[in-house]
Amino acid sequence: MSLRIVVTVKYVPDATGDRHFADDLTVDRDDVDGLLSELDEYAVEQALQISENSDDDVEITVLTVGPEDAKDALRKALSMGADKAIHVEDDDLHGTDAIGTSLVLAKAIEKAGYDLVISGLASTDGTMGVVPALLAERLGVPQVTLLSEVSVEDGTVKGRRDGDAASEQLEASLPAVVSVTDQSGEARYPSFKGIMAAKKKPVESWDLSDLDLEAEEVGLEGAWTAVDSATERPARTAGTIVKDEGEGGKQLAEFLAGQKFI
Amino acid sequence: MAEVLVFVDHVDGAVRKPTLELLTLARRIGEPVAVALGAGAENTAAALAEHGAVKVLTHDASEYADYLVVPKVDALQAAVESVSPAAVLVPSSAEGKEIAARLALRIGSGIITDAVDIEAGDEGPVATQSVFAASFTTKSRVSKGTPVITVKPNSAAVEAAPAAGAVEALAVTFSAQATGTKVTGRTPRESTGRPELTEAAIVVSGGRGVNGAENFALIESLADSLGAAVGASRAAVDAGWYPHTNQVGQTGKSVSPQLYIANGISGAIQHRAGMQTSKTIVAVNKDAEAPIFDLVDYGVVGDLFDVVPQLTDEINTRKG
Repeated sequence: MSLRIVVTVKYVPDATGDRHFADDLTVDRDDVDGLLSELDEYAVEQALQISENSDDDVEITVLTVGPEDAKDALRKALSMGADKAIHVEDDDLHGTDAIGTSLVLAKAIEKAGYDLVISGLASTDGTMGVVPALLAERLGVPQVTLLSEVSVEDGTVKGRRDGDAASEQLEASLPAVVSVTDQSGEARYPSFKGIMAAKKKPVESWDLSDLDLEAEEVGLEGAWTAVDSATERPARTAGTIVKDEGEGGKQLAEFLAGQKFI
Repeated sequence: MAEVLVFVDHVDGAVRKPTLELLTLARRIGEPVAVALGAGAENTAAALAEHGAVKVLTHDASEYADYLVVPKVDALQAAVESVSPAAVLVPSSAEGKEIAARLALRIGSGIITDAVDIEAGDEGPVATQSVFAASFTTKSRVSKGTPVITVKPNSAAVEAAPAAGAVEALAVTFSAQATGTKVTGRTPRESTGRPELTEAAIVVSGGRGVNGAENFALIESLADSLGAAVGASRAAVDAGWYPHTNQVGQTGKSVSPQLYIANGISGAIQHRAGMQTSKTIVAVNKDAEAPIFDLVDYGVVGDLFDVVPQLTDEINTRKG
């Protein structure tokens, strides 16, 4: 038996940097450093743990859609322990929205071959959290999403989904699409050995023609949504700040009363 | 006037507040038709009619409880096909976003998530979103198909607007995918008696400075004096001091209450992403340099172990 896991990852602008929009209202990627989306590290980690806990022969492929620099995100995942990587890169992908991204990812996942797809719960830039569900819909396989615990045994994936109202135990047959939360388990740091090994691991590059996709199906032109404006939020006017000298709680209560909260 | 579908979030027929907010927004762009699924769906009709639903489409089947997400997508798709709406609005819960996404794909439409406002525009509904940790405000629209938009809680004031609310049975045929993901067990979350975090008008949060699970009692007492929900920063959650379901921030819940009180929270970007759109922000922190003070309307530089109990006592005294 063998198990083929594809982990979808995203290269995102660093959230601690000063993020902006470019003139065409897409995310400006030039002004701020990029990195592997933190939430995708949990997906890589769970793939590695499934592999470590399995008697089967497990192959982990990391997949990303993004510009040239997105290779950095793949390298990070490879240095954590993934086996190989696929980079879908094409100038015509600029401005692709979530629906379009799911199309490109689904085509690439099918071409790569898979038994299990693992994603993070959302990207840290768009934060929509819809791509895993879209992938399941496109691939026609079960979605087992937002898991804080995941395991795979005998062709079945099981997991725990912690919702607002209840905690649910889920189960589905492979192939399936899984997404994991940041509660699923701390992601490991790449070891020096891992970083050195990653340099020798294969990274395939595919463009739209490799996926039988046309330029007008993706990118800004193919987008299903349009951003009409992006305005920087005005800086908040400086608030009142007091130092507690024994009456801080009372002073705060006075402020809250003045604002009619009490 | 065009009809607008509103997906109803309810618990055994009790409609949750974000759905009532959606009805208010839906009325700006058309006539709200509500879709209520699962046990107690028919009992939602009175509340929905009171808030503007001209029609309530209902359907109950065991599939909604026994399988994840897809049965609800099947039902919503059936509703779209029977009504041909101008837009579909869904509450921005984790499940709501998944339902909306799959629906959008099936009906060949774009999707916008986490809108904080919706208004009518020349080319269809225009959605306002707050992005990049609320540092930017964007206005977007769906440019292909029937707009599918998910809306965050607290995006509109609930308004009563009595309408007919006629209940109609929705005919649903489940797809082959509907039974793909089984729910094999369900443990309901124990109610704390406090308001739901994302829906609360006031949120009182604790962070690293609370310094221990037992000390969260201080935060809870303050919250109870104000009828508030309790939130926690990621640091407090990762330390095991408070449950993950109460986490406010980029990887937790995003809240937008009338009042947010941050206690012992430094205000890292990941936390700010989840609370920056709160109307009034208050912080208590020992460190005068903490970035949270850049956001506040009122801040107290001081030890929360002194300030918070004094504040709680004062509030309780004033309430008499």
